[in-house]
Amino acid sequence: MSELTTAHAPAAHGSAHGETSLGVDSRKLGIWAFLGSETMFFGALIVTYLIYKPVNAARSDAQLPHEMLGINFTALLAAILLASSLTMVLSLASIRKNDQKWFTIWLAATAGLGLCFLGGQVYEFTHLYHEGLTLSSSLLGTTFFVLTGFHGTHVAIGVAWLLSVLFRSRTLGYNVAEHMDVELVGLYWHFVDLVWVAVFTLIYLLP
Amino acid sequence: MATVERPLQRPVGIPQASAAPSGWLSWFSTVDHKKIGIMYMLSAFVFFIIGGIEALLMRIQLGTPNNTFLSPDVYNQLMTMHGTTMVFLAVMPLNVGLGNYIVPLMIGARDMAFPRMNALSIWLFILGGLMLYSSFILGGAPNAGWFAYAPLTEKGPTLSATHGMDYWILGLTLTGVASIAGAVNFIVTILNMRAPGMKINRMPLFAWAQLVTQFIVIFAFPSLTVAQVFLLFDRNFGTRFFLANEGGDPMLWLHLFWFFGHPEVYILILPVFGIVSEVLPVFSRKPIFGYAFIAYSTVAIGFLGFLVWAHHMFGTGLGPMVDAFFSGASMLIAIPTGVKIFNWIATIYRGSIQMKAAMYYALGFIAMFVIGGISGITLASPPVDLQQTDSYYVVAHFHYVLFGGAIFGIFAGTFYWFPKFTGRYLNETLGKVQFWILLIGFNLTFGPMHELGTQGMPRRIYTYEAGMGWDFWNMVQTVASFGIAIAVALFMWNMIVSLRSGQRATNDPWDGATLEWATASPPPAYNFASTPTVHSRRPLWDSKYPDLDVAHSPTTKPVKRRELAPLDLEELNRPVEPGSIHLPSPTFAPLYVAIALCVVFYGILYLSTAAIPSVIAIVVGLGFFAFGVTVWLRAADRDNASAH
Ligand code: HEM
Ligand SMILES: [Cu+2]
Repeated sequence: MSELTTAHAPAAHGSAHGETSLGVDSRKLGIWAFLGSETMFFGALIVTYLIYKPVNAARSDAQLPHEMLGINFTALLAAILLASSLTMVLSLASIRKNDQKWFTIWLAATAGLGLCFLGGQVYEFTHLYHEGLTLSSSLLGTTFFVLTGFHGTHVAIGVAWLLSVLFRSRTLGYNVAEHMDVELVGLYWHFVDLVWVAVFTLIYLLP
Repeated sequence: MATVERPLQRPVGIPQASAAPSGWLSWFSTVDHKKIGIMYMLSAFVFFIIGGIEALLMRIQLGTPNNTFLSPDVYNQLMTMHGTTMVFLAVMPLNVGLGNYIVPLMIGARDMAFPRMNALSIWLFILGGLMLYSSFILGGAPNAGWFAYAPLTEKGPTLSATHGMDYWILGLTLTGVASIAGAVNFIVTILNMRAPGMKINRMPLFAWAQLVTQFIVIFAFPSLTVAQVFLLFDRNFGTRFFLANEGGDPMLWLHLFWFFGHPEVYILILPVFGIVSEVLPVFSRKPIFGYAFIAYSTVAIGFLGFLVWAHHMFGTGLGPMVDAFFSGASMLIAIPTGVKIFNWIATIYRGSIQMKAAMYYALGFIAMFVIGGISGITLASPPVDLQQTDSYYVVAHFHYVLFGGAIFGIFAGTFYWFPKFTGRYLNETLGKVQFWILLIGFNLTFGPMHELGTQGMPRRIYTYEAGMGWDFWNMVQTVASFGIAIAVALFMWNMIVSLRSGQRATNDPWDGATLEWATASPPPAYNFASTPTVHSRRPLWDSKYPDLDVAHSPTTKPVKRRELAPLDLEELNRPVEPGSIHLPSPTFAPLYVAIALCVVFYGILYLSTAAIPSVIAIVVGLGFFAFGVTVWLRAADRDNASAH
């Protein structure tokens, strides 16, 4: 069946999985399509937050986000999440050099930073609940918790995914040719980070 | 989410893992795109029958004035389930099923890019549909229309009091996940798994239509999901997204829903455009007229479809500027659509037409779809829409498009590809009789709705007074709707008889042009013994008739076909030693994952009314999900190990 290989587009760089018509790894293309869908998902959530922002501000008992939440703690969380994107890049770079040790360290660090972010978010949520801002206390609570909550859920899924890659790399071992698992979770992770940049800017930085 | 799997391997000479489940169990573990396609089509057909029975019950109720056959509440449930079923559980999955079966064959692939994820999609679809229908026995079906307008769908004694709408939200979310997973799968398959030489501008038009459709799915469905999440939270967790007295805004529902809802109608109809673009040339013995126009106008429609959602909201007072924009954008869609229709007509023109049953349906599609399209253009004009909206005129419009268009086109595809699926023909005479009964029944059922709507009969009413001038046509419609039922029954009869004793079909029964006809009927598990190499848009025709030239079509330069290297049909069908082609092995993992998600969703549904059992269900479901993913990854690893 060697005629299969001859007429085909060359394999993507580093792809161990045969030729594809576009020359891009199929799983990577799949993740890109999925992330396109996720962009629309967060787009709708963010637009809803924006639509209700003036409504919230106009209320006589208006609870304004930056007054309620303060910015310092969340800024720290944002920094943690951004740092995790960096460790993710380092992890992928390590496996590309087949450096198993640093690959594992950076991957574990990424998952750890993600867990820190989640812990911080849990702390923030409970704190706000005690201050009286809840899902049903006002439209601000509604939009705030649903938007950040869905982002948090995505982070949690990302952490589970990272941990499963970590676990599998320990048991199966990944090598240079097979780093696609790492690349895929990396794409997802960077996306989740990017969304947080948008959400953070929107909720905490914009007047 | 660790369920992203490796794409299908190109064949290598390693024996396949044995111990595969056999018999009926094999359907539960299959990852073969052809079996999955059949499962999609059969389950969607069952839902189509159920939706049809609901429609007949509604028609009986509306046949005479002041009828008490159905109570208002039951009518609302039937109306909601009918619309929801036809859109999400019948037409969409029928298209997906045809695509699942045909697209990989057409592009010369062995399977979809992600066969296990394909199996996950079918199970999520079936379980989501069953979850939706379980509402009937678990406390009441959804009752506020397939568009689920908030705040009517909010929880409240005068609104939607039962869990029905929660079933609508969560059942449809399951099928929505199935759709998005399926869309990713189709996109990767079509972009990445084409046979050597099949450039994007040589793809069959059905593959083009599926590609654009699946792009619409991934961009439109998230809007519905977000709307459903908001509604779920409003109903169960005390939020107030759509509650005006709390600062929320019902208009938000309309925007989110129709930003999904309008593109959704293209999700329903574009694949059917693709079917017709395959059927017409074959039975006119001519290449399609204006291939590039049809392909690009599909893309244009897909794009414009996202710019027109507010034409469903003219009645809400958006203001003249907004109305004008959306009206104009809507009318623009008529241009690419009209282009297609002229291309189809030009394809038939001066062809040597073979009037097979598939051709009847394709021609019926064109006629009915044009009627529905024209009433659509009238509705895109805000003054006309303000007069006609919420009247039976709208009901007439969308049935001409969805039934006269989509269902007729799907029948065309079914008669066309049935010999490929089964190795037997459907009975042609029965098919043509069915066509005429369906055509007449359909037009008498939905044609008079134009008149009734113009006379002011509102839609979504469960009964009406005598003496409004509506009695006669309503009676006609009810009687005629049974004609449709007879036609569908005839089709079922045809299918059963043909499966058992239909005339045997050859590999290439219609003298077809595209690759699916180059392999056996039904195709072997591996589709082609070796991967075909493609040199033109009609690889099979060009191989069979090397002496004809392609000058029929003014948009292609005349080429002598004999200059193109023909397909090696013998090689494509050469006997293959069983097990010498590596295919992904069957696995129950996708079924496990789908069941787990279904359990979690039931838990979420009852979280606000039965907290403890619900939490248990969610925890158990998540545990089972983790188990399913583990089995899945093992299966994937095993396959990869044997492929390397
Ligand atoms: C025997 C065939 C059918 C009959 C007799 C029938 C009848 C009806 C009736 C009476 C309604 C309620 C209209 C209203 O009061 O607003 C309705 C709604 C609807 N039908 Fe059909 N129908 C049939 C087939 C179909 C098919 C094949 C489709 C889709 C492809 C479809 C899609 C819809 C939709 C989307 C609605 C709107 C539902 C809603 O307002 O919630 N119908 N149909
Ligand atoms: Cu529309």
